[in-house]
Amino acid sequence: MSSVPAAAPLTGKRRRSIADPAFRWSLVVASALVLIVLALMIGSTTFDAIPVFVSQGFSFLTGTTWDPGFSRTEITGTYQAGVFIYGTLVTSFIAILVALPVAIGIGLFLTNVASRRVAQPLIYVVELLAAVPSVIYGLWGLHFFAPGVLRPAADGISDSFGAFPLFTGPVISFNFFFAGIVLAIMIVPIISAIVREVFSAVPEAERQAAYAMGATRWEVMRSVVLPRSRPGIIGATMLGLGRALGETIAVALLIGGGTTLNLSIFQQGESIAAKIVNTFQESTPEGVDALIALGVTLFALTILINVAARLIVRRIGDVSGEAVA
Amino acid sequence: MSFNRLLVRAVPIAAAATLVLAACSSGNSPSESQRATSSSDASQSGSVSELSGDLLGAGATFPDPVYQEWIGAFVGENPGVTITYEPIGSGGGVEQFTAQSTDFGGSDAFMSDEELAAAEDAWGCDVVHIPTVFGAVAVAYNLEGVDSLTLDSATLASIFLGDVTQWNDPAIADLNDGVSLPDEPIIVAHRSDGSGTTSIFTTYLDDESNDWSSQVGKGKEVSWPVGVGGQGNDGVAAAIAQNDGGIGYVELSYALENDLSTAAMVNADGNAIEPSLESTAAAADGIDIPDDLRFNILGVGSDGYPIAGATWILAPTCGMEAGKADALKAFLHWTLEDGDGIAQDLNYAPIGDALQAQSLANVDRINEGG
Repeated sequence: MSSVPAAAPLTGKRRRSIADPAFRWSLVVASALVLIVLALMIGSTTFDAIPVFVSQGFSFLTGTTWDPGFSRTEITGTYQAGVFIYGTLVTSFIAILVALPVAIGIGLFLTNVASRRVAQPLIYVVELLAAVPSVIYGLWGLHFFAPGVLRPAADGISDSFGAFPLFTGPVISFNFFFAGIVLAIMIVPIISAIVREVFSAVPEAERQAAYAMGATRWEVMRSVVLPRSRPGIIGATMLGLGRALGETIAVALLIGGGTTLNLSIFQQGESIAAKIVNTFQESTPEGVDALIALGVTLFALTILINVAARLIVRRIGDVSGEAVA
Repeated sequence: MSFNRLLVRAVPIAAAATLVLAACSSGNSPSESQRATSSSDASQSGSVSELSGDLLGAGATFPDPVYQEWIGAFVGENPGVTITYEPIGSGGGVEQFTAQSTDFGGSDAFMSDEELAAAEDAWGCDVVHIPTVFGAVAVAYNLEGVDSLTLDSATLASIFLGDVTQWNDPAIADLNDGVSLPDEPIIVAHRSDGSGTTSIFTTYLDDESNDWSSQVGKGKEVSWPVGVGGQGNDGVAAAIAQNDGGIGYVELSYALENDLSTAAMVNADGNAIEPSLESTAAAADGIDIPDDLRFNILGVGSDGYPIAGATWILAPTCGMEAGKADALKAFLHWTLEDGDGIAQDLNYAPIGDALQAQSLANVDRINEGG
């Protein structure tokens, strides 16, 4: 923004005097539009949600009862989002836990291991995965992947580790685990696309230097590529997490729509976004306000996680002595 | 640089929020394809009718398939009329109708007194309910080696409350002499989305079981004590199919189309009735129906299947253009008198003769105040 390159010498003077400011202002408008839309969104949703927050108080976040009322003018039901917040966090956490190692593996393979002839088609395929609509992931998971592949795996884990509350059976037909794994598949392309760019930005000289000192391929990746890329990996993770937190339809199809709080990842629950998409259509007027309050909660949750991530990135940047945006 | 940094922070957040909001609004957007269908049907027809007008309605999704077929057939005979029905959900249907942004509304539940008062206040006159078709809710199950099952309301409530948890529980066994019920856990499935189907199902249990009404209640979404939620009929059917020992509830038309195993329900006269179009149509016989046609189908006896409900068109008794009102009246007359065949083809149960007369009386009140 600060340094404007000198105009090309062939450009006529008159034209430049109009074109440059016009171009500059169109850029400003485009950027400002994002902020205006964001402000309008926050403003109007928060306005609608305030009566719900006021009537429910702190129990909106901690309670586990969601019982919509039928009023047109006031808040008469009980709206507590604890079950949905838990579901959102658990499914997103499972998704990141599974997707991150896979995405880093793909990134390393494409930049440091695979030959160009192998890498190029693979990049296309991974990007293709990102273009599949989420409802397709949801339906595929619902009818094939969950019952055919994930169910036996879940049964196995639950049989072996059922003593831990997180893995207690019996495995229910739709649950946090299924939703989380399908979410993971959905965010792998997003994360891997970014980490691949980050890995390929590692200076060639440093890698070559490590090789020259006798490092193996694995040692180069571990001690040169990965440490160099850590802020980028965290950034990519945040982008994937943002997608996972807000994903609606695939989660709605697979999470099992539970209305009670279940700790085990093999039992049914509900996420914030899935609850909104599931009940918006048939909601009463006050129920719609409550769903908007849920949306505001999701919004706040996403901001919170993003800010936390920025702080982590900054701290890591300080430790490793790098300037981080 | 600080502006850029702000952008970098804001973009992922905005993207996440847009995802949610976009998903919310998608259900609400008008369907262009349906608009196109109705008008193209109109232009193809050769016959001449004096009716004309563009009608816009919105509401319940449950009757949407039969409404679209009815509209297609009706505008084929009346090329001057276009009718658009947008399946945005009953809640939205009532809202849009109350806001007077539609000419008629559609709802799977009759309006509450409060909703009715608001709508009548907006239109400045009475608003009439016109039942169009019946829907029934079938109890579907997946139990290896069992192909006939009978349940009564008390047992059904106990299962969905989580009090009866094994298939060979005496409560179920007593109703099913000669059926060998396995010693397997019952896996309950319900709808996770807000739905008129859930409303009919829970209204039935609420009426029949004190335990149910005190612990759960009724509505389009309730707090289920047990069970896994599936999205839509399809999701519930998948949840049932994927567990031996699964049980859940789906729309009758969905159960019929997909050939699911369904339970016979014992009605108020003690008869075990299989869900079917005939037994659904019979459900309203002998039901006391109030003049304003706001009714639940409860306490069904004789040959009627007990878990059933109506879906309604909402229309005002004033404030419409005369041409539009005539077109709407003609359309509703036609659906009630000549639309049964189309409804049955699509697995909807027509309303019975007695109710048809009452419905037509309400149709004739449309725009009576001008």
